[in-house]
Amino acid sequence: MTASLERGLNAFREQIDAPVASFFSSCVHCGMCAEACLFYTETGDPSYTPIHKLEPLRRVWQQEYTFWGRLAKAVGLSKPVTDEELAQWETLVYDSCTLCGRCSMVCPVGNDIAYMLRRMREGMAASGHAPEGLVGATRRAVTIGSPMGVKLPALQAQIGHTEKDIGMTIPVDVVGADYMLLLSSMEIMNFPEFIGAIARIFSKAGVSWTISSEAFEATNSGIQIGVSEIAAELVQRVVDAAEKLKVKNVISPECGHAYMAIRWEGPNLIGKPYNFKVVHILELLDDLRKQGRLKISGKETQRLTYHDPCQIARRGGVVDQPRHLLNMVAENFVEMPETGTMNWCCGAGGGVSSNERADGLRLSAFKRKKKQLDVVRPDALVSACSNCRIQLEDGLEENNMDMPVLSLTETIAEHLADD
Amino acid sequence: MTGTELLIWIRGPALQIATVIFLLGVVVRIFEILVLGRKPDLAEPRGSAAAGGLRTIVTRMFADRGTLQRSTFTVVAGYIFHIGIFITLFFFAPHILLFHETLGVNWPSLPTQVIDATAVVTIIALLAVLVYRLANRVIRYLSRFQDYLVWLVTFLPILTGYLAFHRIGLAPQHLIATHIASVELLMVVFPFTKLMHAFTLFIARYYNGAIAGYKGVNS
Amino acid sequence: MSKDQTIGEALRARGISRRGFMKFCAATASMMALPPSMVPMIAEALEKARRPSVIWLSFQECTGCTESLTRSHSPTVEGLIFDTISLDYHHTLQAASGAAAEAAREAAMQENEGNYILVVDGSIPTKNPGYSTIAGISNVDMLQETAAGAAAIVAVGTCAAFGGIPHASPNPTGAVSVSELVTDKPIINVSGCPPIPVVITGVLAQYLTFGVIPDLDELGRPRAFYGQSIHDRCYRRPFYDKGLFAETFDDEGAKKGWCLYKLGCKGPTTYNACATTKWNEGTSFPIESGHPCLGCSEPDFWDGGGFYKAISTPTEDITRTAVYAIGAGAAAGVALGAYNRSKKHRMEKQHQKVGIDDLEKGD
Repeated sequence: MTASLERGLNAFREQIDAPVASFFSSCVHCGMCAEACLFYTETGDPSYTPIHKLEPLRRVWQQEYTFWGRLAKAVGLSKPVTDEELAQWETLVYDSCTLCGRCSMVCPVGNDIAYMLRRMREGMAASGHAPEGLVGATRRAVTIGSPMGVKLPALQAQIGHTEKDIGMTIPVDVVGADYMLLLSSMEIMNFPEFIGAIARIFSKAGVSWTISSEAFEATNSGIQIGVSEIAAELVQRVVDAAEKLKVKNVISPECGHAYMAIRWEGPNLIGKPYNFKVVHILELLDDLRKQGRLKISGKETQRLTYHDPCQIARRGGVVDQPRHLLNMVAENFVEMPETGTMNWCCGAGGGVSSNERADGLRLSAFKRKKKQLDVVRPDALVSACSNCRIQLEDGLEENNMDMPVLSLTETIAEHLADD
Repeated sequence: MTGTELLIWIRGPALQIATVIFLLGVVVRIFEILVLGRKPDLAEPRGSAAAGGLRTIVTRMFADRGTLQRSTFTVVAGYIFHIGIFITLFFFAPHILLFHETLGVNWPSLPTQVIDATAVVTIIALLAVLVYRLANRVIRYLSRFQDYLVWLVTFLPILTGYLAFHRIGLAPQHLIATHIASVELLMVVFPFTKLMHAFTLFIARYYNGAIAGYKGVNS
Repeated sequence: MSKDQTIGEALRARGISRRGFMKFCAATASMMALPPSMVPMIAEALEKARRPSVIWLSFQECTGCTESLTRSHSPTVEGLIFDTISLDYHHTLQAASGAAAEAAREAAMQENEGNYILVVDGSIPTKNPGYSTIAGISNVDMLQETAAGAAAIVAVGTCAAFGGIPHASPNPTGAVSVSELVTDKPIINVSGCPPIPVVITGVLAQYLTFGVIPDLDELGRPRAFYGQSIHDRCYRRPFYDKGLFAETFDDEGAKKGWCLYKLGCKGPTTYNACATTKWNEGTSFPIESGHPCLGCSEPDFWDGGGFYKAISTPTEDITRTAVYAIGAGAAAGVALGAYNRSKKHRMEKQHQKVGIDDLEKGD
């Protein structure tokens, strides 16, 4: 079985539902979505207009699901979607879109363009038009368990380092723990301090938790490439581990698309609700704060601002929690000019950072964040997604900006009061 | 055909045909959308989808500050001509009579000078919108034949209405017949074009708000 | 009175003073919107005018136009002008009848060939000439015959000008207007059902004074009387503009004299002098009396969709059509939607799982 145009078109046909049909019916070509998309604003290239990225899907909708469209097709008056066209659209669908969903917030007729683009990727992937980098990451995710190829020994090594650093044991495979923590490969390899931070916070707050050695990967490449069955397989691993360990909750770490995958898409991918709850680490930390279980001493005095990871805030619903937490540990927290659900994407989510071909575009897109930072002029930038963090660091370096990028969880851990 | 004969035909059989095409077309398109349905969401909700959906139908009318700053012309000119059409269509006495006759509803009208001024502003706004569609890089890139056709069939009723009211150009019966005919053209073109947004935007905004509201986001 | 008397002589013979005559000329000038300096010219022209021969043919008419005309025939100055023309043939007003009347007509035609004015009221049936005859001669024939030697034709009343009542749907007699049968003579349409008396006499006076056809609109009506719409000269116009309408004939609005648009007034599309010149020597006109204008000086006003239906309303039952269209749309929509859904299900059933080996095309 290999990819083909027909499989791609069939995927399009399956993915078109009432929302998609209502969106395509309503678009009036006003161009406002372009002004909301950082890939357009930072390049001026009109082909990056969000709704334009969906053109092949739109034509399939028109030709297959509208009476007049079908009639036009029958008499040979319509332009069929070709393989060449899908090839042309590959960069639009994968390189110039992070599924950030800002376009969906702005469209005057209410189109959720990111929703449609996620569905379009199903057809692009099935027809063999997903980027090489992303295909590789997906293969590794399925065969190895991590898109970056991080295997259990690598995790165990990081756990070992962490235990030495903090002088605590990291609970692995503890049956009956309340919370099972997932970790993204990015965190494990690039920001392993996160594990230590979690351990210290949970220890102080008295949270019963564990990591599963069988399913620790939070990142879901299936969501990013847009292949539901692969995404479902990756989710199922987590579900199996959670059920095996009989945990009540699964924690989604500081990773954007991981949260989208496990919290919102997961049950729909596997076709049934979970037996456990899913919380984002920020949600859990905020609950602990509300319950008074987080004792903090000393606050950050430097001027801080917060970058909302798109999949966590705008597409995920975790908006207020980071603010409560930041106000708890920082004296000088200022919001970006457009913030919360209207914050701008870092430019690297949704598979863009796994796609080497998109490197140049990704760094151009960062300029939007830079413009926000130029207004706020913070001493440091806080976020809650390791992928955003890498991109922000890359972008800041590219633009010769000397500004540390901090993890919110790690910042909280730094200010935990000693008993 | 005399002016009166033409006007009788336009107000009679032509209107019947246009009404059938318009209503049948619109209803079919709406059903084609809704019957496709949507799979139920199995994730645990954080908020109410229905509340979110209804909320977004209203709130999406208002652009956020940043968007207003970046897409000023589109938002402002768009509002002007939409409101202008709304006022001239629903608050001019002869139009209200039409709705009274066909739908049995009645409401007060606005003075003709207000309607007249509104029509002029609307005409200017529509012309500006056309120029912008041709001049703006993104909008021009997106535009097809249909976009220009829709502009024309939207523009003609207001222009011909203005001419009919002021009795400019032809005999009054011909002017009124032309005006009603231009509306019938709009009705006939409606279900096949993006004009459907007048109905489907409620559905689209609802789904947008519902999808977001389920996750606890106000979109 | 003698046919050879000039108008001036005829008037003096009847005891009309010079002053009275000049007053008439001044009134005529102002009615035709001519400057006072033209008054002496009108006086001189009328003074010297030989009483021209006028032949009045009545076809499929109700005699309302003659009634209207003679309403001005009372001891007023307008009435006197009829002593200044030689009305050689008129069914209602002539003394003669039968063969004698027809003989008078033929004599007048012969004596004044090329110079007489032909006035026509009533429409002409064409389906069967026998529908309307005079002395055994069909209207069609009599019109053609009499028009041949006329200097000009005045079609008085909407019937003669546009076909009028007989022309109304289904037009069983095949009634047509004068201008549809006579194409080689100048025709002045003086429409109205009936026309205002002074409009009829004013047109004749204008022709007598200047000897030329007045400025006509695209329907052949003199612009002096038909150049403005009732709507533009109606005293109730401020109510239209403010949006104050009578909704029924005896509601508050009607009692307060508000605009009659909602009761079907055709003022906006009707051109006549009613709102300024009015009827019964300036007494009133329909709208002033509380009734919407019928549009009687316009073609096909009988078929205008109803006297009590405003112009902006449909002439047929749109509501019923709309309900059927929505119903049919729902039925079709459900069927088409079901087809779409089944197609989608078929696609889902046929779904071939995409695994990591299916992400690239084969060779």
